[in-house]
Amino acid sequence: MLNKKSLLLPLLGLVLIGCGGGDDKNEIMIPVEPPAPDPMYSFEVTVSNLTYAQPLSPIGIALHKEGNFWQLGQMASNELETLAESGDNSALLALDMVDTSISDTSPLGPGNSITLTITTADMIDAKLSLVTMMVNTNDGFSGLNAIDVSALEVGSLLSFKTRAYDSGTEANNEAVGTIPGPADMGEGFNTLRDDVDFIAVHPGVVGNDDGLSQSVLSYEHKFDNPLMAVSITRIQ
Amino acid sequence: MKVSAIAALSLITLGVQSAHAATLDIKITNLTQGIYYTPILIAAHSDDAHLFESGMTASIELQMMAEGGNISGLSTMLDGYSADKVENPAAGLLAPAQSTMTMLETSEGNNMLSITAMMLPTNDGFVGLDSWKIPTEAGTYSIFLNAYDAGTEANNELILEGSGAPGMLGIPAAPGTGAGMAGSSVTNEETNTMIHIHRGTLGDDDMEGGKSDLNNTVHRWLNPVAKVTITVK
Repeated sequence: MLNKKSLLLPLLGLVLIGCGGGDDKNEIMIPVEPPAPDPMYSFEVTVSNLTYAQPLSPIGIALHKEGNFWQLGQMASNELETLAESGDNSALLALDMVDTSISDTSPLGPGNSITLTITTADMIDAKLSLVTMMVNTNDGFSGLNAIDVSALEVGSLLSFKTRAYDSGTEANNEAVGTIPGPADMGEGFNTLRDDVDFIAVHPGVVGNDDGLSQSVLSYEHKFDNPLMAVSITRIQ
Repeated sequence: MKVSAIAALSLITLGVQSAHAATLDIKITNLTQGIYYTPILIAAHSDDAHLFESGMTASIELQMMAEGGNISGLSTMLDGYSADKVENPAAGLLAPAQSTMTMLETSEGNNMLSITAMMLPTNDGFVGLDSWKIPTEAGTYSIFLNAYDAGTEANNELILEGSGAPGMLGIPAAPGTGAGMAGSSVTNEETNTMIHIHRGTLGDDDMEGGKSDLNNTVHRWLNPVAKVTITVK
């Protein structure tokens, strides 16, 4: 009761002030109750980078009802190619299929974790996808692919370990100038597709220590599955 | 009362039967970027039968499959177990990132699922599933398979035509692109002769020499190497 009053009083004040310029000062204004806000649904997503020395590009998360950011064995979209070669998730998150999205602002270093919260007004058929690039690779990425969260109860948790994928759009030559991460600070996205041109599980990196003489990568940059630990908790 | 008791009994009997015989839709996806699978063998068998067991020595039938892609020995072995089987659902090689689908009718008692296929180009690497218990509840199940080494041949990584015969050292074929030649051999020893998780290939970046005929950026993989989706009807 007290809460309701304290909400209404400022409104009443606003209404009266709004009428202050009117001619008829005897008119009594009846405050209208504000409509109940639409229910909102929030998911807290915690991501851990499980690798030794593969920073992950800023984590991007999307809620959508249909579609996939990638399908194994299929050609990568230009938007996915951009993410997988440069770490820039903005084109993927701007796709028409995306209802709402959020992106971290900085890369997620090895051994580090981050929690992001994504909120929507519409839970029906809600799927959650998550994308990131292993930045010390030519075109390696990881993530979650259209996880159904539409039936997740408040307080419930889904846990995942993600795998490394290869977009198949850039040969894994590990050459100077081709890797955008700190191992090279080389080029990110380019439109050339000089690899198998389908998406597969990533074969791993070689590195110069392991016999790829032109590689800018070393023993440090090797990784194995799983890449990330991800948990999704519905908090509202 | 008597009638309903009989009805209940027959329902129970039906339930038991369906728990032991099943119709399965099976989809197998090669998850790798550059490894091919030779003809796949899928079997439903009793829980005392195996196509292979990690930590055990490979049978000669498994060796034939792992070194040369020949599943006829394993297939005959399965007949001895009264297993249900599907041979070669992809009708030849299953290319990287490709899938094949098939159906398997299992008979009573054959409640374990196993799968094998050789991985090319490797000396004696194979993708394997050993005795996954087939659920009795209808539904769709996904499982992920690892790459094994049969432990029967040294991983010399030299491509040599005709080396698919058991005991003949070499990789019989390298489908796809990127293979080299005239390597000097990675090793001539296989000290772990038990079936084990494959350590991966070494490869090199010298296509006309070096130790290996395999390409270190193409002929490699991380586990898992296959996804199997099973729909129990």
